[in-house]
Amino acid sequence: MEKKILALLEQREGKIKKSSFETLALAEHLAVSLEMTVDAAVIGDKIENTSDVFSFCNCNLVHFTHADLQLYSSSAYKKIVVEYAAKQGYEIILLSNTSLGKDLAPRIAIGLNAGLVSDCTALDLNGKEIIVTRPVYAGKALQQVKLSSEVKIYSLRPNVFKAVLLEKKAEEKISTVAVENPDLTNRVKKIIRSEGKLDVAEADIIVSGGRGVKGPEHFTLIEELAQQLGAAVGASRAVVDAGWRPHEEQVGQTGKTVSPSLYIACGISGAIQHLAGMSSSKYIVAINKDKDAPIFTVADYGIAGDLFEILPVLTEEIKKLKS
Amino acid sequence: MKIAVCVSHVPDTATRIKIAGDQKSIDPAGVSFVLNPYDEIAVEEALKTKEKFGGEVVVVSIGGDQVKETIRKSLAMGVDEGVHLKTDEALDSFAVAQALADEIKSSGCELVFMGKQSVDYDNGTVGQLTAELLGYNSIAVCVTFQLEGTTVTAEREIEGGKEVVETSLPCIITAQKGLNEPRYASLKGIMTAKKKVIQEKLLGAKPVRVENLLLKMPIAKNPGRILGSDSSAVAELVKLLHEEAKVI
Repeated sequence: MEKKILALLEQREGKIKKSSFETLALAEHLAVSLEMTVDAAVIGDKIENTSDVFSFCNCNLVHFTHADLQLYSSSAYKKIVVEYAAKQGYEIILLSNTSLGKDLAPRIAIGLNAGLVSDCTALDLNGKEIIVTRPVYAGKALQQVKLSSEVKIYSLRPNVFKAVLLEKKAEEKISTVAVENPDLTNRVKKIIRSEGKLDVAEADIIVSGGRGVKGPEHFTLIEELAQQLGAAVGASRAVVDAGWRPHEEQVGQTGKTVSPSLYIACGISGAIQHLAGMSSSKYIVAINKDKDAPIFTVADYGIAGDLFEILPVLTEEIKKLKS
Repeated sequence: MKIAVCVSHVPDTATRIKIAGDQKSIDPAGVSFVLNPYDEIAVEEALKTKEKFGGEVVVVSIGGDQVKETIRKSLAMGVDEGVHLKTDEALDSFAVAQALADEIKSSGCELVFMGKQSVDYDNGTVGQLTAELLGYNSIAVCVTFQLEGTTVTAEREIEGGKEVVETSLPCIITAQKGLNEPRYASLKGIMTAKKKVIQEKLLGAKPVRVENLLLKMPIAKNPGRILGSDSSAVAELVKLLHEEAKVI
């Protein structure tokens, strides 16, 4: 039988997410290297950008539709994927390790009696064998593993794998399957949005503040810089524990592990649990009074000075650059 | 109602880690181990639920004798009894989930709390794996939890917001920071915990699906440049970010 890969895509508000394009590009790469074919699947009601799928991967796209499936339902999504994948006999299933992917992957692993490696940051081939690298201890160490199961599921850390475009867009092959009576025993009733806020887990640039910001009222300095950069606001554990900032902004071992293109740490000394969560960022800038602070050991560029003096000037310079 | 809470024994997040001689695990020498921070939140939620609805809370942990310390800490916070599933083998998430599912099934607990992930291997899968093995409902990464009759409502954190999820018992809830503020063990709690029973059960061999090949340290970054000590360095910083790093 022909060996097949399933790329499981994710839509939010009717749009396939950027991280799903990263999944597709990796599926394309593996398919070429391992002489396999790719199917992609997405679950949701109406989806506007299905055509973009074929810019990243030569595949057949199956769109499972039902009006109640626009929002995530772990029970319904699991049932659809398990039944479809069992019938198609996929050997490899790829998905993004987003909040939805994290939730769904273990469920389908049990349903398909498959092995699962979550939060992969590299998939390397050793002959026909896939060797996976994933960060452990929030990035203080890296683990290499392989799956011994027949069906293998890999969930990929967003923002790590490149969404490489095909040289030439592939032919659009889309089929639609109307889902009957989805299993909604576990369902999302509604989504509460954090208005106008970019999430650190998804942001390309993060401006983070720590104890050095000296109080919640001074975070406007961080917010203004973030706004100029189109960045998310992050925070150290110390300021979250002090109640200055909400926990969803926390970067570090008991917060979020992030790998943006640019991470600007302001008034953050760089406790080991914080460094673990952000040191895989592509570029790191540190602004801190103490020139011996550990944050400077991971920073590409640093200013060892007073953030209250530096940040307004930096915000102004960025504004000039953008205009 | 009988409530289970599953906890793991992990290196403190403030600890530096070193790779052991086998190149597959960490060297435990000099590392202080604690109750996994997310599991501590799960223990608190289990206790709050018991205080509201009555019943008892049992804590379950898997590992060598050292995990008794973490079980004891949960008992000191107010958990009623402990179960230690004893093994010296390194288990993968599937084997851990299978062992927890077997234990939860035999104990008949219909509500289970655990942390959203343990801060050692960071898989974040055991809650959902266990639930699926048991045929229980589950909601992961919860920042609120409500029980009314057999209806469970929880808010779970997603990118840029929260999903309000509804399901019913039997159910596994995995805890995210923000769900509650875990209590400190009182002196009385610590004294009482010494008298509470920890049941020890030997865990048989479990099949694993994930083969651990190697553990290594990430490549250390070269220290960067300190451009200055005041705002006069800002212009150069912006130039470097724009022209050299090309990130703005």
